[in-house]
Parts: sequence; C-alpha cells; structure tokens
Amino acid sequence: MARARKPADAPVDPSQPVIRIRDLYRIYRMGGSEVRALDGISLDVHRGEFVAIMGPSGSGKSTLMNIVGCLDRPTSGSYVLDGVEISNLDRDRRAEIRNDKIGFVFQNFNLLARTNALENVELPLLYSARTDMTDAERRARARRCLERVGLAERWDHTSAQLSGGQQQRVAIARSLVNDPAILLADEPTGNLDSRTSEEVIAIFQALNDEGRTVVLITHDTDISQFAQRVVAFRDGKIISDHQVVDRRRAVAGSFEDAAPAPATPASPPAPPAAEPVDEPAVAAGGRGLP
Amino acid sequence: MTKAQNILKVAVTALGRNKLRSLLTTLGIIIGVACVVATIGIGDGARIQAEDQLRSLGTNFLMIYPGSITSGGARAGFGASSKLSYEDLDAIRREIQDVTYISATNRTTQQVIYGNQNWSTSIQGAETDWPLIRSWNIERGQFFTDQDVRSANKVCVLGTTVVQNLFGSEDPIGKIIRIKNLPFKVVGVLESKGGSTMGQDQDDTVIAPYETVRKKLIGTTAVGGILASAASNDMVQRSQDEITALLRQRHRIVKASDDDFIIRTQTEMLQQAEDQSRTMSYLLWSIAGVSLLVGGIGIMNIMLVSVTERTREIGVRMAIGAKGKDIRAQFLVEAVALSIAGGTLGIFFGLGIQKGVARFAGWPVAVQPQAIALAFAFSALVGIAFGFYPALKASQLDPIEALRYE
Repeated sequence: MARARKPADAPVDPSQPVIRIRDLYRIYRMGGSEVRALDGISLDVHRGEFVAIMGPSGSGKSTLMNIVGCLDRPTSGSYVLDGVEISNLDRDRRAEIRNDKIGFVFQNFNLLARTNALENVELPLLYSARTDMTDAERRARARRCLERVGLAERWDHTSAQLSGGQQQRVAIARSLVNDPAILLADEPTGNLDSRTSEEVIAIFQALNDEGRTVVLITHDTDISQFAQRVVAFRDGKIISDHQVVDRRRAVAGSFEDAAPAPATPASPPAPPAAEPVDEPAVAAGGRGLP
Repeated sequence: MTKAQNILKVAVTALGRNKLRSLLTTLGIIIGVACVVATIGIGDGARIQAEDQLRSLGTNFLMIYPGSITSGGARAGFGASSKLSYEDLDAIRREIQDVTYISATNRTTQQVIYGNQNWSTSIQGAETDWPLIRSWNIERGQFFTDQDVRSANKVCVLGTTVVQNLFGSEDPIGKIIRIKNLPFKVVGVLESKGGSTMGQDQDDTVIAPYETVRKKLIGTTAVGGILASAASNDMVQRSQDEITALLRQRHRIVKASDDDFIIRTQTEMLQQAEDQSRTMSYLLWSIAGVSLLVGGIGIMNIMLVSVTERTREIGVRMAIGAKGKDIRAQFLVEAVALSIAGGTLGIFFGLGIQKGVARFAGWPVAVQPQAIALAFAFSALVGIAFGFYPALKASQLDPIEALRYE
C-alpha cells in the first residue's frame, strides 16, 4: 500500500500542502437573507498531518467537509487538493477527484446493504478511471485493505452481520482502496461507544503513522485530542488553529485480532435512524472549544 | 468483476430483494408480451389455415349464383332469383375462352340409408368437370360419366365421412344406397379433404349427377349455381368481368340495374379471409400495446420508488466516485432487466397460450422466431423508455442531500 503509484495527474511536489485553501466563501441565499457558512477561510494541510476540524453545530465545519470532499463547490475562493484546483471543476470531474484522491469515512458507515465486506471495499475501484486493473488485482487490493483493518477473515460478512465498529473498519478499508491523497472522516466515531471509538481512532493513528494525511471532522473535544493539530470553527470562521500539546494515543491492541467480540451493543449495526445526521453536537450540548 | 458485470449484479440483487414486487411490476409486460407472441402465432396459424382451406376448394374457381331480385321495390335475398339457366351455362362454356372447366351444381339435404344405417347429409349435383374445378381426386372407384349426367342415372360418389357413417369398414363401391327412397349405386369415393373455412366437414357429402339431383331429388328447372375455373390465376378477374358482361346481356339487364346473379372468386374469398384475420390481429395488437404501456408505467413507478428508497446508496456511490452516467446506467439496466425478465416470462406464457389454442381449437400454430425476437425487443424498449426518467432523476441527485437522506 505504498503511496508511490499515483498516475492521476502531473507529478505533485511533496513539499506543497496537500490541501491549500485561500479566501474560501460558501454563501447560501435563503429568501432575502444570506448565510455565510464559510466566511473567508484560509487553511493549509500538509502531507502526513492528522488534523481535527472542531466546532459546534452550524459552525461551518460540515460545509468545509463538503467542499474539501469535493461534494460541493465554494461560492468564491480557491481550493487546491493534491495540486489540482477544485473550485471550478464540474460534477463529473469532481466525481473523478473524489474517487482518486479522497477516502471518505462517514458517521453512519454507509456500507451497501446485502453486499459483503470485500465487495464494499472493492466498490471505489469499479468507478475508477484506472481501467487497467484486472478482477483479480482489484480483489487482492480490497483484501489487503481489509487485512489492514484486521477484518480479512470476515470478508464475506454483510454489514448486517458486522458490529458497528467492524462496519466502520470496513468503511476505512474502502476509503483506503484507491490509495487516496487524504482520508476525510466525518464524525467517524459518532455512532460508536467509547471503546469502539478508540479502536477506530487507533486505526487512523496507525495509518497516519505510515504517512497518510487524515482530516477528521468532529464536535468531540476528547476525540480531537488524538489528532496532531486542531482547527476550531465558529460562525464560518477559523477561531483557533494549534498543535495538540499532549497528544493521546489510542489503544491499538484489540482491533488487530480479527474478532473483537461485539461486547458493545450500544452501537447499532445498521445506520441508525434516531441519530441526528448533520451536526450531532446539538445533542452533545455546547461542548467548549479548546 | 468488471464494471458491466457489477452493474448487472447490482440490478439483479436489487430486483431479487423484493421478488413479489418485481413480479407484480412486470405483470403488465408479461401480459403484453404474451399477447404479442400469442397473437402472431395464432393469427398466422389461423390465416395459414384459412388460406389452405380456401385453396383446397379448388384452383382459380368462380362461383356463379342466382342473385337478388327486385320486385316492386322489395329486394329478395341471395339466391332468390331463379333466372340462372342451363342456357347461361352453355353460353359461358361456348363464349368465354378463359374458362377451362365448368359445371352446373345444385344441392339438397337428404337422409341417406344403407342397410340399417342412415345419415343426413348434403347431396350435391355436379357435372363431370366438377372434380377438376375442385381439384378433388377420387380415392376409390371412379367419378360418374357425362352419360350418367345426361341420362340422370342414379349413381353417386361419397365423401369419406358418409362412407364411415354408413359403411364402417365395408367397401362401398358397387353398393346401393337409398336417397329419398330412390336407389343410388355408389361408383366412387372421394379422397378426404377435411374441414372448410366455415368449419363444416367437406367430406360429409354425396355427389350425384346434376340432372339426377335436379329431376329426382329437387324437381326444378333452375340451376342452383355454376362452378367454373379459369385457366390461370390472373385470368380469374378477366373471366369474372366477361361472365358478368355476358350474363347481363343474356338477362337483358339495363345499365343502372343490379346484376341478378352473384359471382364470387377464390381470390375474393382469400382476400376476405385475410381481412378478417387482419382485423383480429389489430385487436390483439392493441391489447398488447395497452398492456405494454401499462407495464411500462408500472416499471417507471417502481423505479421511482426504488430511487427514493435507495437515495442514500446513490449518495454513497456518488461520494466514492460514481458519476451521473454510472448511476444512470445502473438504474436503466435495472429497469431493462425487469422488463426483459417480464418479457421472457411473457414469451413462455405466449407460447403456452399458442400450444393451448392449437390443441383445443385444432388450429395449426406457427411458432415464429421473429415474433419472439419482436416481443423481446419490445420489452427491452419498454424498459429503456420507462426506465429512463427514474434513472435520470437518480443521476441528478445531489450527493450531499442524498447522503443525508434517511
């Protein structure tokens, strides 16, 4: 899983930031009023960083995540991802970028139902512009990614047969399969209990240790302390950006064994219906910023 | 797993997830396609049979019947005129070059008795050209002679149905049967022809000399009808015109008046049979069309439901790099798979209906590969036409909204 092969675009200068955002605005017009979801953001994320984007509901962090994830376009400003200017790309081109450069991990896992773990992990490869890969190569690649998250043994389990933590690990494997420039995790522990959360965070830390860039969106101050750097948002603006002084290390041990008994029934196996989708910080109630 | 295989697999899985719903959705297509297949098979079978039977009536023949007469403004029906005379027949025989064979005919229904068996059947009077016009061969014995006709001899030729009913396995040649208490000597047996277009058994008949039937069984001077045959198919029309002109002249019919005779040709009858089967196919085709339309709407409906149900899935696929066209292809393939599955079932049902009809109605049913191909193409077309909008709608979803969808 070396990051060596990267044929997508022109050679990228590794000293350049992988994410380079300048004067980014995202303005929603609703009736007469306008909402400045992002109000002139500038931000650099360098290769190999582990950045937590923090902020309460409505702070603009979800909007930022949508733009960084190439799902949305800024109203104005520049966003360069891995050497490619994104802000003026059309739908299809952004889909290609998402496939090639971004590994998404969602709060509610978003695995396909009635599809086994291996096929879920394989899915991004099927939408890939790289058509030179054989079926066997795809399969092998997906299997390696599942091994990486300790679920090789359960490749044929469907999401209904996996615990919440296991589903999220399959999702992480899926995010890795196209060897993306960044991992973009949106509240990845939001639906997990604290022990399982730590297992999942441990995987992100391990991947980051190997040199992967991780952008983690969270409202949870505790979780942000696992990152190297915390960028805090409020009202569409960055209000603080600092390195984590006393970085926490997640306990990595348990996930390496392939079958951590789902002793944590707190996490529902399927995408939960009761959970607020957008900004779970509402439920957490005004957690303070660092 | 290639991309195409993946799309197909996803489609099949999605359909398999809700089998009953998929089946109900395709019901319209199943009925429509079954209709198409059955229609073409049965329609063609019926047409072929009608044509065969008409052809079996003879070759290039014309039938001349006395027509309606008008007396005091009231028009009597078909056959009411007794103006057709044997002299007319002689005139046709003499003057119309294109007519090769001609025979006077008449008909009566009588009880026929042999030993302790009896059977009611139609007795047809005919002359010696008759078997040539009807292209009807003698199986055993021989046809009666001109001498028999002239002398009104009591001889006859039997159809196979009459033979079976009166004689069983006994040889009828040389035996005496009784018609209207008169003894008739059986001189021949016609070969079997089967049913006619109207459904009657052509073999259920007794042929006797024209003069015998006229004098001894009916007792009239009028000619029942004249059966003639033209030298070739393209002479039929000309013969008809010539006979019409001749008879009008002989009957002194003024320009504006109707003919007092009717001429029907084999060509006309074929045409009529074709028109009938065409009307029948239009009817079945419109049923098929409506079914396919309803089926298509059903597919569109269920695909729209499916798109809504799987909004989140669409969002996930888009997030990990599926383009609009990938999503569109996926749902289009699903709609087409649905309609083709329905179409395939429909083809089998249609073939079943054909078989059933063939067995019960005794029609020859032609299973036509092009009908099956057509039905298949129709169902695929319906899938594409009605699956396109839902697929387009799916492909235009906003991934952010779709991911948020509960």
